[in-house]
Amino acid sequence: MLETIGVKSLDDLFAAVPAKHRFPKLDLPPALTEMEAMTQLSEIANFNENVRGDLISFLGAGMYHHYIPSVVDHMLRRGEFYTAYTPYQPEISQGTLQAIFEYQSLMAALTGMDVSNASHYDGATATAEAVSLAYAQFRGKRRKVVVSATVHPQYRAVVHTYMQGMEMELTSNDENADFDSDPNDLANLVDDNTCLLIIQYPDFFGRVYDYTQLIEAAHAKGALVCIVANPTALALFKTPGAMGADIVVGDGQPLGIPLWYGGPSVGFFTTRKQYVHKMAGRLVGETIDNRGQRAYVLTLTAREQHIKRERATSNICTNQSLLALGTAVYLSLLGKQGLGQVANLCYQKAHYAAGQLGKVKGYRIKYHEPFFHEFVLECPQPVAEINSHLLDEGILGGYDLSQDYPLLANCMLVAVTEMNSREDIDALVTVLSEVNHD
Amino acid sequence: MIEAPEKVTPKIVEPTIFDLSSPGRIGVTMPASDVPEADSPPVHLLRSELPLPELAEVDVVRHYMHLSKFNYSVDGGYYPLGSCTMKYNPKINEDTCRLPGFLFTHPLQPVETVQGNLALMYQLQDWLKEIAGFAAVTLQPAAGAHGEFTGVLMMRAYHKSRGDTQRTRMLIPDAAHGTNPASVGMMGMSVVTIPSDERGNVDLKTLEAACDDKVVGMMLTNPNTLGLFDENIEKVIELVHGCGGLMYGDGANMNALLGIVRPGDLGFDVMHFNLHKTFSVPHGGGGPGVGPVGVAAHLADFLPEPLVDIIEEGGDDWPPLYGFVKPAKSIGRMKAFHGNFGGGFVRAYTYIAMHGPDGLKDISQYAVLNANYLLARLRDTYHVPFDRICMHEFVAEGQFEGSPVRALDISKRLMDYNFHPPTNYFPLIVHEALMIEPTETENKDTLDTFVDTMIKIAEEAKNNPDVVKSAPNNTQFGRMDEVKAARELVLCCWLPEGYDLNQ
Repeated sequence: MLETIGVKSLDDLFAAVPAKHRFPKLDLPPALTEMEAMTQLSEIANFNENVRGDLISFLGAGMYHHYIPSVVDHMLRRGEFYTAYTPYQPEISQGTLQAIFEYQSLMAALTGMDVSNASHYDGATATAEAVSLAYAQFRGKRRKVVVSATVHPQYRAVVHTYMQGMEMELTSNDENADFDSDPNDLANLVDDNTCLLIIQYPDFFGRVYDYTQLIEAAHAKGALVCIVANPTALALFKTPGAMGADIVVGDGQPLGIPLWYGGPSVGFFTTRKQYVHKMAGRLVGETIDNRGQRAYVLTLTAREQHIKRERATSNICTNQSLLALGTAVYLSLLGKQGLGQVANLCYQKAHYAAGQLGKVKGYRIKYHEPFFHEFVLECPQPVAEINSHLLDEGILGGYDLSQDYPLLANCMLVAVTEMNSREDIDALVTVLSEVNHD
Repeated sequence: MIEAPEKVTPKIVEPTIFDLSSPGRIGVTMPASDVPEADSPPVHLLRSELPLPELAEVDVVRHYMHLSKFNYSVDGGYYPLGSCTMKYNPKINEDTCRLPGFLFTHPLQPVETVQGNLALMYQLQDWLKEIAGFAAVTLQPAAGAHGEFTGVLMMRAYHKSRGDTQRTRMLIPDAAHGTNPASVGMMGMSVVTIPSDERGNVDLKTLEAACDDKVVGMMLTNPNTLGLFDENIEKVIELVHGCGGLMYGDGANMNALLGIVRPGDLGFDVMHFNLHKTFSVPHGGGGPGVGPVGVAAHLADFLPEPLVDIIEEGGDDWPPLYGFVKPAKSIGRMKAFHGNFGGGFVRAYTYIAMHGPDGLKDISQYAVLNANYLLARLRDTYHVPFDRICMHEFVAEGQFEGSPVRALDISKRLMDYNFHPPTNYFPLIVHEALMIEPTETENKDTLDTFVDTMIKIAEEAKNNPDVVKSAPNNTQFGRMDEVKAARELVLCCWLPEGYDLNQ
């Protein structure tokens, strides 16, 4: 091969590289064989305590431990799917393209909206992209975003990061509040300069509100409304579409994607048809090929970075294709009945847990609105102390809300899914009762 | 494009999952509840119907198996797709990333319970620092474009922290990826395009003239998208640094540099990695990607939060305690949680661990060898506008005098011979560009078959252009009516009309 190229040695191929920096000696451990690598990685993985055997988990706060049917991973392990590139060549990518088209359809149906894109990195970045849509919709003339303090704290942080450089104002209701107030009060923060109101459904504390009135009030000021939704809850509760939302985003992790220490997951993004040209991210549309067969292509690509460059709405290039496929397989398998069953089990078990925990001396269920997946438990001691005691008993306690909300000092966000048996919940109740007696 | 006749009912090759639905079918049954029944939520909060498809498990499996067969993939064949580094993805990675300790850990668990994850992340940060010559690395960005955005945010924050607020211009070569200017556009900065010279290097005269105190920095891919290592790289960086600008490296082409040169040593201040290109994380049909960012010491304080660090040193008998820290002047959080851990970090870690320093150098040497071999064998048939020793890829022209055949046609014709096409029409500075990146994982037999096929297509283009213009002919699907897709905008399907949702 070197002879064909016309050089004497491999080193001759690198003459353009400055000599003094050429061929550095890398200080890395020597190569492992496959067998050694498997052993080393297994050892590393075993240093963790997982929620499938080591610990009983009541931790949610944006990522939920659900059952994933076997079929999902079997499909994701098909090399035809996971080793394919982005479907820029539609003649030989119809598998990926049709799967994304189905994902878009499933997410539109679940959220009650007209259209979905092919997905974003995660729920938080999808929320930030909603700001870009709203900003573009008003051609930068409305420069304020109102975000509820009961939107996931990390999502709010990401929106804040994305907005640097946009010269926009980000307003929130008071994080120091007790959050007993009516969500409709948020409407007071929406004004003629507001392009977007962001609220969460159920909110970060698990509470389910009908936002119809709030959305009407925001629309009356001309603002768009984005709902950050928990997709499992949507099997049971009124859709954001039915409440009048303009954009619905969220994290698809509960729909068949493992916890995986937080990623990768899939950020869904659905909206109304009139905003489709302002929406970032890839889109798959139906068409026909030159043989008259129904087929799918990436469409409206003129919106994207490789065409528009610095005038693009977003620099997004990838989607979370493989995980969108996983979500499509999960929703297809569970279907109307199965997803309804999952949502109902989460609802029943969380309510059983809240009922039992509310009876323990020293503990109180903080809010009394209808809730899903999780609820706020007010404890007699700081949550960090309680969680450390729970951990000794093999229980992963809920999220410590005092990290983000100073006034919720002893408040724990307890998450319950279909993975928690009655026995697990009773064990939590027992240990918490003991904590109070310490 | 050949358009199909209007108003013909399309032939359905594989129905959608909604078409296949039948009332009452279910793929998975969940267990009955083991707790006393709670009061139902108020009716006004409930949704009226859930229009999801209903199928048995076997139907779901067959449907997605049918779809999988319509895909071209690295596991199925050769993908000389420039700038995408479509190398083989080792199967062991699929097993390590699914170890239960990784798969079933929650991102908000106390750090004491996830020391394995944190040790792996810490180690991967260290390895990436060593491989590219940087002082610090964040693993958080979810893709290359996300890493770029992170990098540009840090460059802006750096200047701002020094009171250097008049810098609003980013220098970007004309050969750059579209994500570079788009990342800059998201920040409200302006782009100054720098042309390439006749050898494919950054044009030094234009660069020198553009370097002033308004410059944020320069975003450079090196080797560039022509596959060429900039012969004046040190001068380029000197000019940018000389005017107070920062040097951003687009790490998309890092597969040419492992053990060859460290961008940090050359003077790059910040660079994103594409773990899904260089370090064998599979492309997944378009994602998830993984786009860590490395920085020189003067930018380390601006990295996104949180970073993994040792929060308590170890002793003789116990390991260190890993945890999270927030850099002093952090630009903030780029995504929820800690980045694409399972599908990204674990696979890349496995890959680096199995290569070691010598193996990594082999990767780049063979990637560059393979590209130069293809270039040497193809240059007499396809015109190569910037023809010198290339790195891991090169760009040829897909057009011939007197033939109506274009680069796109050549690409489509390659499908008939069971090859994935090269990248088309990029970079924009080459007419009818065919951007070819062989990667290191292909053997000489595959490369020779590819070259023979390319030469054959060139002959067809001259002697029988119709067969190239009408390609692909041997695939399940032919060329698409893209205009119809954009005009009609059918972006979703629903359950068939009259479907009984209440059954």
